[in-house]
Amino acid sequence: MIMTPLTAPRALDTYFLEARCRILDLAAILDRIGRGKDAAAVGEDPRLARIREALDVLHDQSGGRAERIQQIFSLDYDPRWQRPR
Amino acid sequence: MYYIDPHIHMISRVTDDYQRMAQCGCVAISEPAFWAGFDRGSAEGFRDYFRHLTEVEPKRAAQFGIRHYAWLCINAKEAENVALSREVIALIPEYLDKPNVLGIGEIGLNKNTRNEATIFQEHVDLAMKTNELILIHTPHLEDKYKGTRMIIDMLKEDKRVDPQRVLIDHVEEHTVRQALDNGFWCGMTLYPTTKCTPERAVDIIEMVGTERIMANSAGDWGKSNPLAVPEMIQEMKRRGHPEAAIRKIVYENPLAFFRQSNRWQDWPAETGEERKESQSRRKEKVTQ
Repeated sequence: MIMTPLTAPRALDTYFLEARCRILDLAAILDRIGRGKDAAAVGEDPRLARIREALDVLHDQSGGRAERIQQIFSLDYDPRWQRPR
Repeated sequence: MYYIDPHIHMISRVTDDYQRMAQCGCVAISEPAFWAGFDRGSAEGFRDYFRHLTEVEPKRAAQFGIRHYAWLCINAKEAENVALSREVIALIPEYLDKPNVLGIGEIGLNKNTRNEATIFQEHVDLAMKTNELILIHTPHLEDKYKGTRMIIDMLKEDKRVDPQRVLIDHVEEHTVRQALDNGFWCGMTLYPTTKCTPERAVDIIEMVGTERIMANSAGDWGKSNPLAVPEMIQEMKRRGHPEAAIRKIVYENPLAFFRQSNRWQDWPAETGEERKESQSRRKEKVTQ
C-alpha cells in the first residue's frame, strides 16, 4: 500500500509549533547543563560531543536526519564479531 | 477503529488499563515474557510466571472482550545467567500446548554479550525443534544498531530459520530496513523517551510502506502508555492516511503474523456489528 506523506506546506503548518516547542526544550536542557555548577567538567563528555554532532545534522538539508542522528548515538557494529559455538 | 496491541506486558498494568484499551477499540493483545524489574532467583519463579501468562492474564483480558496471547522465554537481561537460562528453556515445552501461546519470545540481546548470544541461539534452536514463531527484543539506545545486526547475523546463519516466522521488535529509523530487507516482520514500539514516538512511527511507515510492519505500546512497569497504539492511529488520521492503511498496520498485519502459530484458532473479523453483538452478550451475562 503506497503511503502519501503530507505536502511540505501542510507539514510545516501542522508541525511548526511542535518543532518550536522541542527546540526550546533542547535549548533549555543545554542551558541547564551550562549554568550548573562544574559546567567545565562536562565539556569533554563524549555525550555532549554527540549532541553537538547531532545538532550539525539538523542544519543539513540532505534528508534522512532522524536515521543519521540515530547512528551518531549508536555503537559501531563489526561484522566479524565472535559468534558463540 | 479496532486494533491489536502485539506487545504489552499486562502483568504490570492495572485492570483499568484493560477497560480503557477496550474502550479505545483493542480486541487482542500479545504479551511476551520479559524482565520483571529484578532477576528471579530460580526456574520455579518462571514456572509461576508462565502460569500467569497462560492462565491468569487471559481470564483478566476476557472480562473486557480482549483476546490475550503470550510468548515464552527467559529474557535477554537474565540470559546473562546461563545456568538459570538453560533450566528455564528446559521447562518451556511444558507450556507450549497452552492455547494462547504464540511462540518463543521476547528473546534477543540486551548488552550484546557472549552469554546473551549463547542463550539467544539456544532459544532459536528450541523454536526450530518445536516449529514455533519467534518474537525478538532488540537492545535499547546505543546498543540497538549493533545488537540488531548481531541478531540478524545469527538468524541468517541458522538455515532452519524462515524470516517470515520471525518478528523483530523495537525497530527504529536505523534498524527497520535491516529487518524488512532480510524478509522479517517488524514492530515499532511507541514508548516515551527511549523508543519511537507515534509521529516518528508514522514517518517510518511513510518511508517503508505497510508490508510486514506493526506498532505496539510495550506498556510495562516503566513510564509507558497502554493507549499508545490509538495515539498512533490518531496521528495517521491527522495526516489523512486512509482507513485501509491504518487497519492494515494495527489489525491485519499482527493478525497475519499470529495466524502462522501452531495453535492459532481463527476468530471472526471485527466488524462493527459483530463487536456490538459480542458486547451486548457480555453485558447480558454480567447482569444475569
